[in-house]
Amino acid sequence: MKPLQAAVIVFPGSNCDRDVATALEASMGHAPAMVWHRDTELPDVDLVVVPGGFSYGDYLRCGAMAAHSPIMREVKARAAKGTPVLGICNGFQILTEAGLLPGILMRNAELKFICKDVHLRVETSDSPFTRRYNAGTVVRFPIAHAEGNFFADAATLEQLEGDGRVAFRYVTPDGEASPEANPNGSARNIAGIYDETRRVLGLMPHPERLAEAALGGTDGKAMFDGLVEALS
Amino acid sequence: MTGINSPITAEVIKSHGLTAEEYQRVLDIMGREPNLTELGIFSVMWSEHCSYKSSKKWLKTLPTTAPWVICGPGENAGVIDIGDGQAAIFKMESHNHPSFIEPYQGAATGVGGILRDVFTMGARPIANMNALRFGDPNHPKTRHLVAGVVAGIGGYGNCVGVPTVGGETNFHASYNGNILVNAMTVGLAQADRIFYSAAAGVGNPVVYVGSKTGRDGIHGATMASAEFSEDSEEKRPTVQVGDPFTEKLLIEACLEMMATDSIIAIQDMGAAGLTSSSFEMASKGGLGIEMDLDAVPMREEGMTPYEIMLSESQERMLMVLKPGCEDQARAIFDKWELDFAVIGHLTDTGRMVLKRHGAIVADLPIDPLAKASPEYDRPWVAGTKRPVLEPKQVPATDPITALKTLLACPDLASKRWIWQQYDHMVMGDTVQRPGGDAAVVRIHGSRKGLAITTDCTPRYCLADPHEGGRQAVAEAYRNLSAVGARPLAVTDNLNFGNPEKPEIMGQIVEAIQGMGEACRSLDFPVVSGNVSLYNETNGVAILPTPAIGAVGLLEDVENTASLPFKQAGDAIILLGETKGWLGASLYLREVCGREEGAPPPVALHRERREGEFVRAMIGEGTVTAVHDVSDGGILVAVAEMAMAAGMGATVEAAHGLPLHAWCFGEDQGRYLMTAPASQLPAILEAAQRADVAARVIGTTGGADLTLKGAGTISVGELVRLNESWLPGFMSAPDTNH
Repeated sequence: MKPLQAAVIVFPGSNCDRDVATALEASMGHAPAMVWHRDTELPDVDLVVVPGGFSYGDYLRCGAMAAHSPIMREVKARAAKGTPVLGICNGFQILTEAGLLPGILMRNAELKFICKDVHLRVETSDSPFTRRYNAGTVVRFPIAHAEGNFFADAATLEQLEGDGRVAFRYVTPDGEASPEANPNGSARNIAGIYDETRRVLGLMPHPERLAEAALGGTDGKAMFDGLVEALS
Repeated sequence: MTGINSPITAEVIKSHGLTAEEYQRVLDIMGREPNLTELGIFSVMWSEHCSYKSSKKWLKTLPTTAPWVICGPGENAGVIDIGDGQAAIFKMESHNHPSFIEPYQGAATGVGGILRDVFTMGARPIANMNALRFGDPNHPKTRHLVAGVVAGIGGYGNCVGVPTVGGETNFHASYNGNILVNAMTVGLAQADRIFYSAAAGVGNPVVYVGSKTGRDGIHGATMASAEFSEDSEEKRPTVQVGDPFTEKLLIEACLEMMATDSIIAIQDMGAAGLTSSSFEMASKGGLGIEMDLDAVPMREEGMTPYEIMLSESQERMLMVLKPGCEDQARAIFDKWELDFAVIGHLTDTGRMVLKRHGAIVADLPIDPLAKASPEYDRPWVAGTKRPVLEPKQVPATDPITALKTLLACPDLASKRWIWQQYDHMVMGDTVQRPGGDAAVVRIHGSRKGLAITTDCTPRYCLADPHEGGRQAVAEAYRNLSAVGARPLAVTDNLNFGNPEKPEIMGQIVEAIQGMGEACRSLDFPVVSGNVSLYNETNGVAILPTPAIGAVGLLEDVENTASLPFKQAGDAIILLGETKGWLGASLYLREVCGREEGAPPPVALHRERREGEFVRAMIGEGTVTAVHDVSDGGILVAVAEMAMAAGMGATVEAAHGLPLHAWCFGEDQGRYLMTAPASQLPAILEAAQRADVAARVIGTTGGADLTLKGAGTISVGELVRLNESWLPGFMSAPDTNH
């Protein structure tokens, strides 16, 4: 079994690059490659992670400028060949701006930055990211964003639902996708979505922030462990 | 702005905040009349903000050394040894005046400035904290100021990716015209890789990096050194605008540079920008600097030397490089897309020579400006001591009703609405999040952690500045001990009114004396700090507010304690002595509507013993929860532990004291701990051996908080009261038209 190789893309303004690298290393047993946004080639990797942060200061629109960084052409090419791509928070915003995922992330309904733990329902275990979770399981991940309000037109939402491409939904601790459980106004309480192949995942919550008991929870760890299991 | 040849009239001198005596000193130093650029430089260098001229005499009395102190006050921030070749670098700094005028940018640039003070010294910032004071919630401006300041702190800190892990927020009418925004940053460095600001090596290049220079913030330092009046909002153009994205790039670029061994000295451009940074570096190195202002990267055209030297544009640094390192350095700043310019070189003349368009536009001696800035021994009077209030002089009310009032009052109400707008988890090492006694961040890649707290009780400081100064330090010591951390050092942020008034100067002197006593007694040296004076509007001063920021060390973050109850059936143990001190208490103010009486005294010898005992109990793992008893007394502290856990408790007051005095008295040096009944005999015995008063006051469990013989209330109801005040206040219909 060949050990998993992963790359974390670093944009000017990325600030969760080290956090996700730490979580990946804990699951992989070795450090991922850190790839600078101006690079035009990716190393030979099994997984690409687009981390959270404020790429280009969120100027213009969150993720809009990063989506046009030189490295993103290569990320799109790899995704087209089936290499899994994980976008967390600002990474999710970048993937939508790059056209790898549908929809957009708008300003939170209450117009404020929100940093807190939320409960999420894992909608399917049929992906390299969620194979270690049971469908319907409720997990606790933190969110930390001002623009996480997922929006897509009705047809796109129907298609996402119909294709089973909703990855995570904001829910109550009991698993109910109620308005009270929705922290940012996202359509249908959507916290994360897949592309058509379920090999590209974008989500606003941060699994890497609760992947270690010392930090208060380990619900996020199963995502990284599952990726190692699926891709090694 | 007027040209450099404008005449220096009495009016010009006055508008630069210089007194006639100070101007005479300028003439003596220069040996001629200064030009406007030179006068501007004197003005900012000798402003209260930059020179500490009113407080210096008293700041010198604070203890600043300990075996673990690597660098005390005088550099950009304080440095302490935390073992394993690592150092913690930290400081707290005010941005009060700008935050009142333009709350978002004022607070944001306050965070940016304190971050730079810390990474200038070679540290990666790992945590931010803040201490905020706002006016009466009913004042028409308060809501707007809270919203702006919180958004500004979050907007900056979240973007740079440094977690904002806690702080404190108070409201009081004395801050109506002068809010306080004190920001603290803690960074981590290698102990043998600390960078200082003393220039060295004649001929070495002086390099400017970061953002371009614009016309923003000119005379910010002099604005921060004067009282406000009604027209202060006209000073808005002197508030700087922050760009946290550039700051993030600057952090990464500077840390990358610092790993290359090419930097001789480095200094951020904070208050008074290029002026204070260049003078500081040259003065500390005993050298001169010649700068070509044409080479300064500029955002606007036609800037005068005066504007270039006094601009407070943000996100800029000045460095002295080893000769020949320019290209390597330039490549790093190019990578991060930041400006890089060699703007001058060091000389042996001891003078600052500035050129613009080929001509010398200023030529000043450095030492007389930087070192011989005025130092005043301002007249001061001690405040009159307030009488001690006996419990019987304070009306008793139903304790449950009073508890409800206290938990929903602005000072005690949950500040979740604030800290949820701060990313407090980025960097992946936040072990104790906001809401506890102290925040705990792990040292990345290790089991060690730093505990961080900010503390001050301004109503005690008004009642008795000396006792209030002692209390602020003691409470910080307690908060660190309550999470199991060994208290190491403090940074102070002294916020007061106009020092030219003897009664205000008296507050400053007495508070510093009190702080000094506590720091000495607790082996808790002051390693950095900041002074903010003239916090007055139309002659009305703020409550004296000597905010203390403190850092402690945990050898193992798994071995910490937090305040929520952990399990039903645990005994609740009260440490320390309870006499029912209601003078200057929150109960007196919020329930009885009175602000009077002497504040509770701090017994420093006991304080230390108790702190050591608490840390020992946490270290042994025998206690399940710990919380210090502060504002609101025992019943509030019990309620806070219950609310954090969603679990109730039953407590019984001691006999022999009036019930309201036992419940809400604010006697100092007390903690609550919980432990399983099986551990109780060992704990009580250990307390006796340690000469620490300890008694069991109740048991955890259930859904209600019950005070035996007095009443009961559900924890859910307490949570609702405690959580709803601030969001309700912030979303109330706007009445400010």
